[in-house]
Amino acid sequence: MILLISSIIAITLKAGTSLVFATIGEIFTEKSGILNLGIEGIMLMSAVIAFTVSYYTGNLSAAILSAMLTGGVLSLIHAFLSITMQAQQVVSGLSITLFGTGMASFLGQTLGPETNSGYLTGLSAARLQTLTIPGLSRLPLIGPVFNQDPLTYIVLLLIPVSWFFMYKTKHGLNLRAVGENPQTADAMGINVPRIRYLYTIVGGMLAGIGGAHLSLSYTPGWTDNITGGRGWIVIALVIFSLWNPSRAIWGALLFGGINAVQFRLQASGADISSTLLNMLPYLVTIAVLVIITVWEDRKRTTGSPAALGTPYQREEK
Amino acid sequence: MKKNRVVLVLVALLLISLPVFAGGSQEEAVAETENSAFKVAFVYIGIPGDLGWTFEHDRGRLAAVKALGDKIETAYVENVPEGPDATRVIRQFAQKGFNMIFTTSFGYMDPTLEVAAEYPDVVFEHCSGYKTSDNTANYFGRIYQSRYLSGMVAGSATKSNVIGYVGAFPIPEVVRGINAFTIGVLKTNPKAVVKVVWTNTWYDPVKEREAAVALLDSGADVIAQHQDTTEPQKAAQERGLYSIGYHSDMAGFVGDSVLVSAMWEFGPFYTERIEAAMNGSWKSQSYWGGLADGIVKLSDFSPLVSEDVKKLVLAEKKKIESGSWDVFNGPVMNQSGKTVIAAGSVPADGDLLGMSYFVKGVVGTVNQ
Repeated sequence: MILLISSIIAITLKAGTSLVFATIGEIFTEKSGILNLGIEGIMLMSAVIAFTVSYYTGNLSAAILSAMLTGGVLSLIHAFLSITMQAQQVVSGLSITLFGTGMASFLGQTLGPETNSGYLTGLSAARLQTLTIPGLSRLPLIGPVFNQDPLTYIVLLLIPVSWFFMYKTKHGLNLRAVGENPQTADAMGINVPRIRYLYTIVGGMLAGIGGAHLSLSYTPGWTDNITGGRGWIVIALVIFSLWNPSRAIWGALLFGGINAVQFRLQASGADISSTLLNMLPYLVTIAVLVIITVWEDRKRTTGSPAALGTPYQREEK
Repeated sequence: MKKNRVVLVLVALLLISLPVFAGGSQEEAVAETENSAFKVAFVYIGIPGDLGWTFEHDRGRLAAVKALGDKIETAYVENVPEGPDATRVIRQFAQKGFNMIFTTSFGYMDPTLEVAAEYPDVVFEHCSGYKTSDNTANYFGRIYQSRYLSGMVAGSATKSNVIGYVGAFPIPEVVRGINAFTIGVLKTNPKAVVKVVWTNTWYDPVKEREAAVALLDSGADVIAQHQDTTEPQKAAQERGLYSIGYHSDMAGFVGDSVLVSAMWEFGPFYTERIEAAMNGSWKSQSYWGGLADGIVKLSDFSPLVSEDVKKLVLAEKKKIESGSWDVFNGPVMNQSGKTVIAAGSVPADGDLLGMSYFVKGVVGTVNQ
């Protein structure tokens, strides 16, 4: 039993890493008042770029950095459209996703070497290795927590750090002010567009790391549509965690964990409908969303930024 | 504001279901020339680079091009969703003057027939369906025969006597594959069991890997699968364990840990059908070819497979090819040990095509 639980913990953390990176990124973006629905496209593009760089250079740091750069550039496009051009954020985000999905698929069939007819699929490259923390990794039950790849450790640190940044520092206060009430923030001397640009790009870069984790560690290699819709789950996870980085981990673990649990239940021969089990994470998400909406109607303390999705124009003051 | 929030929630919900529709771009690769070559089109559900199903169809297309050279001109559209989009793509090909159209996914069946009725001069070939018309034939392969042979290899390779099988959807096609595989496993190792985990996906690298890992954690030391990615094989390899490939020769993408693959070989079939359409001898048919016809085959063995096992498997292969025996010839028992196909009886194709029970030796359930 202990072995089973610890194997579930191990796979859950691994599965959740990319989700938490992207969720925290999206929380930063949404806290500034920008809704970025381009996460799916950004993660796919970053995954394909990270794998390509890793394949040709063998340098994992370069691979992760290029994934961050990819995420940064794509979210810059979104920032430009939605902040400077004041475009519909939903439309702009969706177009980033549509572009990213198609482009990543295209690159996956062209960036590969001649010997593999240009395909990236089926190649193997340098991947993130597991970093075992001596001593701690031998602990019963929670041992697997200390037997992960570097990005998983980083994301475990990122959770408290980003919570502290957002709720305990002046920069975090400015960020939240811009998302809550840009007019007031502007009156206080905060440069609203600059903050929004900054955190949209930061969010994209974090989603980029999430994409890189998929192609460099979790499912090493490139396969078309490697995210399998995880970029959309991220959008739901942000709401699930009520825009608070410290809660992001639970949603991500739920999604990572439920697959691990349901596949293990099936493998143990339990007579449970697999279709139902596969539905479970989505059912839970819908339930949480409904509860949040109801709760919000009564108390209005869900953490959702009031100005989310609304472009800011100075003249409106 | 409140309304805004509700809209947001709805959008989020909608988006969770969106990946199904946003399955990537459609890319059309058509060589526009004005010559009199016979024009053949292919409609693909995935991309040729998936190393699985679509990869094999495209390999078949390229084999036909190689065999027939300048006499034909081919084109394909990839990532075509099943449903109205498929009708549109197929009709476009017919409108552009293509003489023959291959549609390579189950869900293209009705769209193919719909367009076929509008263009009686064009011939259509639909893969994996069951309907035909005057100018629409269907085709598929008895991949279960290759599955059986690969199961024999798996049975001889397992030390824990547990073999993991990552299932796609609990439909007859997949169930039949699992059953044939298990019969093969029991042939070489009567003590072994085949554990099945369903992912309910055809293509989700992450999920398919997770399912394989769960099977490995539960004691399996050989992994087989029925989806379009190589992730289950890679997951087994990372543990230093073996796997069985499907669709294409996966050893080429994963390594020698893939002991053998049950694979497709559409090239000769495509070449033959295109030639028949060119010289006017093409006729509508329902084709379900096996090892003897060459539309399905067994890949080369990995060097890790012993000579004895190879000999045994090849002897069985001969038996199937000669037509003297087939995988589901009785007696076949279901999971609870009840005989479902009596000793000495040969099941009809219809029974095989509708197979919805597991045979003895499978651990898992067919949830309908």
